[in-house]
Amino acid sequence: MGRKLLLEKAHIEGIRGYDVYRREGGYRSVEKALKTMSPDAITEEVKKSGLRGRGGAGFPTGMKWSFLAKPEGIPRYLVVNADESEPGTFKDRYLMEFIPHLLIEGMIVSSFALGSRVSYIYIRGEYAWIVGILEQAIAEAKNNGWLGKNILGSGFDCEIYVQRGAGAYICGEETALLESLEGKRGNPRIKPPFPAVKGLWDCPTVVNNVETIAAVVPIINEGGDAYSKIGVGRSTGTKLISACGNINKPGVYEIDMTISVEEFIYSDEYCGGIARGKRLKACIPGGSSVPILPANLLLKTAKGETRYMNYESLSDGGFATGSMMGSGGFIVLDEDQCVVRHTYTLARFYRHESCGQCSPCREGTGWMEKILLNIEKGKGKMSDINLLWDIQRKIEGNTICPLGDAAAWPVAAAIRHFRDEFEWHVENPEECLRKNYGLANYARPIQPAPVGEGAGTA
Amino acid sequence: MKFTEQQLTEVGQIIARYPEGRQKSALLPVLHMAQQEFGGWLSAETMDYVASLLHLEPIEVYEVATFYSMYNLKPVGKYLFEVCHTGPCMLNGSDDIVDYIYEKLGIRPGETTADGMFTLKTAECLGACGYAPMMQLGMHYREHLTKEKVDSIIEECRKNAASVN
Ligand SMILES: Cc1cc2nc3c(=O)[nH]c(=O)nc-3n(C[C@H](O)[C@H](O)[C@H](O)COP(=O)(O)O)c2cc1C
Ligand code: SF4
Ligand code: FES
Repeated sequence: MGRKLLLEKAHIEGIRGYDVYRREGGYRSVEKALKTMSPDAITEEVKKSGLRGRGGAGFPTGMKWSFLAKPEGIPRYLVVNADESEPGTFKDRYLMEFIPHLLIEGMIVSSFALGSRVSYIYIRGEYAWIVGILEQAIAEAKNNGWLGKNILGSGFDCEIYVQRGAGAYICGEETALLESLEGKRGNPRIKPPFPAVKGLWDCPTVVNNVETIAAVVPIINEGGDAYSKIGVGRSTGTKLISACGNINKPGVYEIDMTISVEEFIYSDEYCGGIARGKRLKACIPGGSSVPILPANLLLKTAKGETRYMNYESLSDGGFATGSMMGSGGFIVLDEDQCVVRHTYTLARFYRHESCGQCSPCREGTGWMEKILLNIEKGKGKMSDINLLWDIQRKIEGNTICPLGDAAAWPVAAAIRHFRDEFEWHVENPEECLRKNYGLANYARPIQPAPVGEGAGTA
Repeated sequence: MKFTEQQLTEVGQIIARYPEGRQKSALLPVLHMAQQEFGGWLSAETMDYVASLLHLEPIEVYEVATFYSMYNLKPVGKYLFEVCHTGPCMLNGSDDIVDYIYEKLGIRPGETTADGMFTLKTAECLGACGYAPMMQLGMHYREHLTKEKVDSIIEECRKNAASVN
């Protein structure tokens, strides 16, 4: 059993409410921080912890905090990114639904460290019922003196508000999020200036993911050094992984980043193996934007070493033979699944979510979607595969925000690793409508995995 | 068209979350309120009303309302089924759910039943990929959908509608 720092108590009866949360040691980090630490000392602990942003990019959190501009007389803001819309990702939802006070606690400590007297949670509009859960937790925290004026006699005032989005993946991008919070369309801003200098209402702002801010609680309680000893290398602490697709036990798992991908997929503690006794074909290990890998490259790196569930190991081999940890959205495809179809749904997703500001992204995503649909429906040409490759290359790196890259990468990786499946669609226009290409040789040289007793037979 | 006194108080509370002069930030939350209150969609009249409440130009409201997928710019049925069909849900049979709803109600994505009761839409990833297939219905998610579950959801909606009338 790996260490759990965030979800350890998420299943205690009544933990969603203040009394149980407090009884279980909740809000200790606020006491420690506000009574015994300076804001800079908190940032220092976060730096020492090695915590990297859990929203997808993995940027060191302590470093981000230390970049925050602090001009006299101008307010600073902490904004928590709860937009969570990357396909495959549903971990923040879980944390907010089951243990909302953990986020509020982390926000109070972080707000103190950053000097944010008003902090916001920007939550995707579809998580409508979670707004109520968070607002209840905020009200309870306030009634018990953890929010409001002069918290614990420290002289620090803080309020937290929840802002509901209205359906737009792009509002997860931090500058689009800020635009949206200002009541505008979610068009990403050109950087620089970065939010740390010019963010919400032109004031210095830190945007962090829900899980990142929740992790501040154990960091303050146990110290940055202790946190940094969990995990491996630059992958410190624990990571929430949301696992979905064709597995026996989809759900949210907190892992210590030393376990192997194979263990994560096949162990009963985590995904419990491939559903219905099927074999593993492919996996997108870090949310829809990161490269898809065939089974053989997923479980072992190109060098034949075991691949682990951490930032470095998942990206071992670069985009040629590796992928990324991304947002921790782990999507598993079994042998019956069609990679062309799956990639098509992702291309459609990115076309739908493009804000339309840059032509490579606006036009390119729509074009890729059309071509992929044609290939999927048996109406594609061989030259379409190269055309797709060219389009994605022209999008990547040529846009205002990384959504363009996020749209390009899944298409590139699908062609890179599954080109034969695309070609098979083109060569077998009738057959591809009736059946899928199947496993081919993607799983070699990995042996078909044994399925645990009882697993997949239900 | 007007919010109740209580709703106006709520609008005031929302505006108070932001600094002086930043009431435009209240636009998304107030549009949600308006959509819920005035028939499940945003007519030009509704948007103009919201503009007047927040001291915005109507165009500022239209710009925003047209950007976000949760704002309905056309009337929708009393019950809106939004079935996610992105990759992870597709892997778990979301297409079958969309087909089954067609079989049951005769509506394709984007259509509303003749009695104005149900609208079907497809949605992109709603953050429930591990509980697929799924749909959003009002404020809540319905997950692990099966044909039987779809049947009972439809039943439930019809019952609710009958008890309201
Ligand atoms: C298109 C796009 C969507 C994103 N969506 C999210 C999201 O839903 N949640 C999130 O925390 N970060 C998201 N990000 C990353 C944010 O821009 C930002 O890097 C992150 O919130 C920073 O927090 P962190 O350092 O704690 O990870 C997205 C980025 C892009 C380009
Ligand atoms: S890359 Fe796409 S989503 Fe990002 S700003 Fe450009 S058009 Fe908008
Ligand atoms: S893909 Fe359907 S909820 Fe994520």
